[in-house]
Amino acid sequence: MFAYIVRRLIYAIPILVGVNLLTFTLFFVVNSPDDMAASQLGDKYVTPEAIENWKQKNGYDKPLFLNPDAAGVAQLTDTIFFDKSVRLFAFDFGRSESGRDITTDVATRMWPSLAVALPTFLVGIGVNICVALMVVMFRGTRLDRGAVFVFVALMSISYLFYIIGGQFLVAKTWRLVPISGFHTEGQVWKFLILPVLVGVVAGIGAGARWYRTLFLEEANQDYVRTARAKGCSELSILFRHILPNALIPILTGVVVLIPSLFMGSLLIESFFGIPGLGSYMLDAINSQDFAIVRSMVFIGSILYIIGLLLTDISYTWADPRVRLS
Amino acid sequence: MLFRLAAPRTRAAQLLIGAALLAGCTDGPWNNPNPESPPGLVTYQSVMTPLPPKHLDPALSYASDESLFLMQIYEPPMGYHYLKRPYELLPLGVEDFPQITYINAEGETIDPEAEDVAYSVYELTVRADARYQPHPAFAVDDRGAPRYLFADASESRPYRQISDFPELGSRPVAANDYVYAIKRLADPFNASPMLGFMAQYIVGMEDFSARLKDVPRDGWVNLDDYTMDGLQVVDDRTFRITIKGRYPQFSYWLAMHFFSPIAPEVDRFFHNPGFLDRNLTLDWWPVGSGPFMMVKNDPNSEIVLERNPNFREDYFPMEGAPGDAEQGLLEDAGKRLPLIDRAVFRLEKEVLSLWTKFLQGYYDRSGESHGNTNRVFDQAFVVGPNGVELGAELASHGITVSPDVKPAIYYYGFNMRDPVLGGYSEERRKLRRALQIAFDTEEYLNIFYKGNGIAAQSPIPPGIPGFVEGEAGINPYVYDWVDGAPKRKSIEHARQLLTEAGYPNGRDARTGEPLKIFIDVQSQAISSTSMNWMDRAFGRIGVQVEYRPADWNRTREKLLTGNTQIFSHGWLADYPDPENFLFLLYGPESPLICKCDGANNASYERPEYDELFRQMRILPPGEERDALVARMVDLYREDAVWLFGYYPKDIYLNNPWVHNNKRHGISKNTLKYVRIDDDLRERKREEWNQPVIWPLYAMSALLVALLLPGIIAYRRRLRATARQ
Repeated sequence: MFAYIVRRLIYAIPILVGVNLLTFTLFFVVNSPDDMAASQLGDKYVTPEAIENWKQKNGYDKPLFLNPDAAGVAQLTDTIFFDKSVRLFAFDFGRSESGRDITTDVATRMWPSLAVALPTFLVGIGVNICVALMVVMFRGTRLDRGAVFVFVALMSISYLFYIIGGQFLVAKTWRLVPISGFHTEGQVWKFLILPVLVGVVAGIGAGARWYRTLFLEEANQDYVRTARAKGCSELSILFRHILPNALIPILTGVVVLIPSLFMGSLLIESFFGIPGLGSYMLDAINSQDFAIVRSMVFIGSILYIIGLLLTDISYTWADPRVRLS
Repeated sequence: MLFRLAAPRTRAAQLLIGAALLAGCTDGPWNNPNPESPPGLVTYQSVMTPLPPKHLDPALSYASDESLFLMQIYEPPMGYHYLKRPYELLPLGVEDFPQITYINAEGETIDPEAEDVAYSVYELTVRADARYQPHPAFAVDDRGAPRYLFADASESRPYRQISDFPELGSRPVAANDYVYAIKRLADPFNASPMLGFMAQYIVGMEDFSARLKDVPRDGWVNLDDYTMDGLQVVDDRTFRITIKGRYPQFSYWLAMHFFSPIAPEVDRFFHNPGFLDRNLTLDWWPVGSGPFMMVKNDPNSEIVLERNPNFREDYFPMEGAPGDAEQGLLEDAGKRLPLIDRAVFRLEKEVLSLWTKFLQGYYDRSGESHGNTNRVFDQAFVVGPNGVELGAELASHGITVSPDVKPAIYYYGFNMRDPVLGGYSEERRKLRRALQIAFDTEEYLNIFYKGNGIAAQSPIPPGIPGFVEGEAGINPYVYDWVDGAPKRKSIEHARQLLTEAGYPNGRDARTGEPLKIFIDVQSQAISSTSMNWMDRAFGRIGVQVEYRPADWNRTREKLLTGNTQIFSHGWLADYPDPENFLFLLYGPESPLICKCDGANNASYERPEYDELFRQMRILPPGEERDALVARMVDLYREDAVWLFGYYPKDIYLNNPWVHNNKRHGISKNTLKYVRIDDDLRERKREEWNQPVIWPLYAMSALLVALLLPGIIAYRRRLRATARQ
C-alpha cells in the first residue's frame, strides 16, 4: 500500500502544476498587474508612478513567465509566475495584496470553518443514513413513496432558501439563537446551532435519497433474505448487514469530502458571519486578491487529492477483499 | 433497541427538558451575538461592512471605511468642527492654524497678495499635551534603550499580538513625527497613493522619493537619516512644510489622515524581524495620539477600540449650527471627550443579519460609512404626506434617522471629444441639452434610490461653498422655476432642441438614420430595470440607447483612452472646497491631455473655464472667489457637459439610546462625540428579544407525529406472522 500511496502522491504533482498554471493564466487574462495596482490604490490620484511603486513593492514588476533580461535559470525564476505560483509548492503562500500573511490567515480561519463543517458533516451523514434506512424498511409502501416525494421536494429548494428561511424563522422571528456571528469568548455553540441545522436539513433530500438507492440495492440481496430467515430483527438487518455492505459507494462520496471540510462553505460562512476559509475565498474574489485566490485554489487541490487518496485507503478498511497495489 | 431506549412519550419529555435546559443556560437573551463587555465600560456596538479594512497605515489607506478607524486613532494637524456647517476647519493635532509665509523665487518673504509667490511655508506647532497611546514601541529599559528590538525572528516568536507585550510606554508627540509621516508618504517602498499628487506640491518630495528608491531594504530604514527640502523641524514642537507656489487647499489636506504623526520608533518596532509574518505591522496596528487606541484587530470578525488613557483634554463644542440646540445636539456641550469607553465594530456582510441585529438592539446604529438604506432597509420607510418617513414599527421603537447628503456627486458625463455628442457648437450643445431634459433625474432617483439623492444643478454639492439654493441655483437650460420649485423642461422642448440640433424625431436630418447613443457603465452599477427605464426615457425623444457594460478596470481603460461616448463616474470630496469639484472639469485634468489618471473624464476643454479655475484655486474664500465659481458653473451648464448628476443621500438609523448622531460629511473623527445610554440599551434589548418558545414544542410534537406511525408499523411488522 505504501508504494501505491507514494505513486499517487507523485501523480498529484502534474495535476497541481496544471491547476496552478490554469489559475494563474485565467487570473492574469482578466486582471493585469496594472489593473491590480489600480484597484488596490483606489480611484483617486492614481499616477503611473504610484502603479509602478505598487507593482515593485508587491513583486508584480517582472515579466509573467519568461524574463529575457535575466541570465540562465533566472530567466524562468525571476518572473511573476515563479515568485507567486511555483513557491506554493514549498507551501510559501506569501502575502495578500493588502499585505497580510496568508499562512497565518489560513491557520486562523480553518478552525471556524471546521467548527461548522465537521458537525454539519457528521450529523448530516448520521441523519441521512438513519432516514434512508427507515425508508428502506418500508420500501414499496406509501410511506416510501411519500418519503421519496419529500426528498425530491427538499432537493428542489434552493440552498439560499434554507439559509434565509432559517435565519428569518429561528433567529429573527423566534429569537432562539443569534442570526449570525462567531466569537470564541463564551458560548461558541450558540452560533453553530443554526448553520449546522440549516446545513443538515438542506442536505437531507439529496443525501437520504442517494443512500436509499444504495440500501435498496443491498436490501434485495440473498444475504438479507438469509439474515431475515435466521430471525434477525429488522434493525439488526439494516444496521449490521445492509449498512456495512453499502459502505463502499457511501465512502466514495463521503471520504473525499473530509479534507475539504477545512475549506468551509462559501454560502454558509458568508450568511452566518463565520470567519472561515469559505468567506476568506469569497472576499478575495470580490476584492480581486489574486494572492489569496491562488493559495486557496492550491490548498483546495491538495485537499481534494488527499481526499481521493483517503477514499481509496478507506475501501480496504470497508472491504478487506480490496487490495491497493 | 433504539426505540426501546427512547419510547415516544419519553422522547417528547426529553425534548421538552432539553428545551427547558436551553432556556436556563444563559442570563440574557438567547440571541445575543455580542460577547460580554468589560464591566463598567460603556461600549458602542457597531458594524463594518461589507469588507474589513485593507489598510490602516495612514500612508497607505485611502478609503472612507478605513478612515473610520484611522481618524479615531490618529490626530492629523487639522480637523473640522463637529457641528458647524458649512464645514469649518480647526486645529486638531497642532496648537493653532498654520502660519503661512509666502516667498518669491529669490527666497524673499513677500506679501500674501503678491503675484510672484514661488513657495508657501506652513509653520505648525504641535500641541503641548498631545501624547501617544501606551504601546510597546515606546517601552524602554533602565538605560533608556528600546525594550523590544529583536536580532532575529526566533527572538520575536513569542509575541504574536500587541497584547503579548507586557511592557508599554508613551511619549509626547513631537514635531519630527509629523515630518517623519510626510517622509513615509514619499518613500516609494510604501507605495502611498498620495505620493504622486503631493509630490506636485511639497518641495523636494520627488527627489526624496527618487533617492529612497535606491536604498537597500533589509530591515528598517530610518527616514530621519534622509532630508527633504520642503520639510524642516524647527524645535521639538514646531515644524515647517514648504509647498510650491500658492495652494490654499493645502490646509484641508492637513486634516486628512495622511499627515498624522508617526513616531520613528513605532516604524522601527514594526520592522522587527519576524513581525511581518505574524501580521504585526503598522498597517494593521495603528499607533496614534487620538481619543481611541486599537486593542483588537481581527479583520475576520471584529475591530475593538478603547479609550486612549493618554488622550489630551478635549471637550464637546459649546456651539453648533442653527437648529442643533433644538435637536439636543448641545446637551453634552463642555463635557470631556470621548463620551464612550469602547467601540466594537463587527464585520457584517449580509444585509439580513445587519438589519435584524440592528432591530434587535445589538447594533447601536445601522451603519457607519454606508447608509445602507437604499437596498437594505427598504422596509424601514413608508411614503407619507411629507415624503419618505420612518415606518410605524421603527418609530415606536424610538429609532431616529440621520440623513446625510454626502459632499459627493455621481454623474453620467459626455465625452466632449466624441464626434457625435461632443464639441462646443450650438447644435451639439442643444443635442446634449435635449438628452439632459429627457433623462428625468428626479424620477430615476425615486425609482432606483427611493428618493435618496438630490438632482444636481451644478457640480458643487450642498454644504460646499458655491452651492446655491433656490431659483438662483437651478440649471436654466434644463429646469424652470415654477411655484417655488425647479421643474424639468418639457419633453416637447427637448424634441425641439433635438430638431434644432439636426435630429428631428431622433433621426439624423442628413442621413435619416436614428440617433443611437452609447453608454459605458460598470456591470455591477447598473441593472436591467434601470436600463429599461433609460431606454424609455430617451425613447420619448426618439433616441436609441446601447449599453456597454464592463468591469471597473475595463471602464477605467476606456476613460483613460477616451474610448467612450457617455460614461458613469462619481466623486467624493476630499475637502469642502469647490475647487475639489470644479477640477473635475479642468482641461489639463483630462486623461487625454495629462496622459494620466486625470479626473476630467469628459475631457472638457474650455479656455475660459481653465483660466477661471487657475485664478479661483489660489484665491482665499470671499466674494471674488464666489464670483469665479459662479461663472464656472454657468459655463458647465451652458456647455451641458454631463448628462445628469445627483448628490447621493445616505440615511442612517440610530437606536434610541445613541446620542449626538449628526453626520459629518467630510471628517470621520466623530466617534468621540457619541454618547450611549447603557441602561436604556440593556432594558430595550431584554424587552425586544424575549425568545418565542412554542416552536420548540411544536417541532418536538411534529417529530413525534412523524416517527410514531413508523414505529407503530415497525412494531406491527415484528409481531406479524410470515403470511401477514
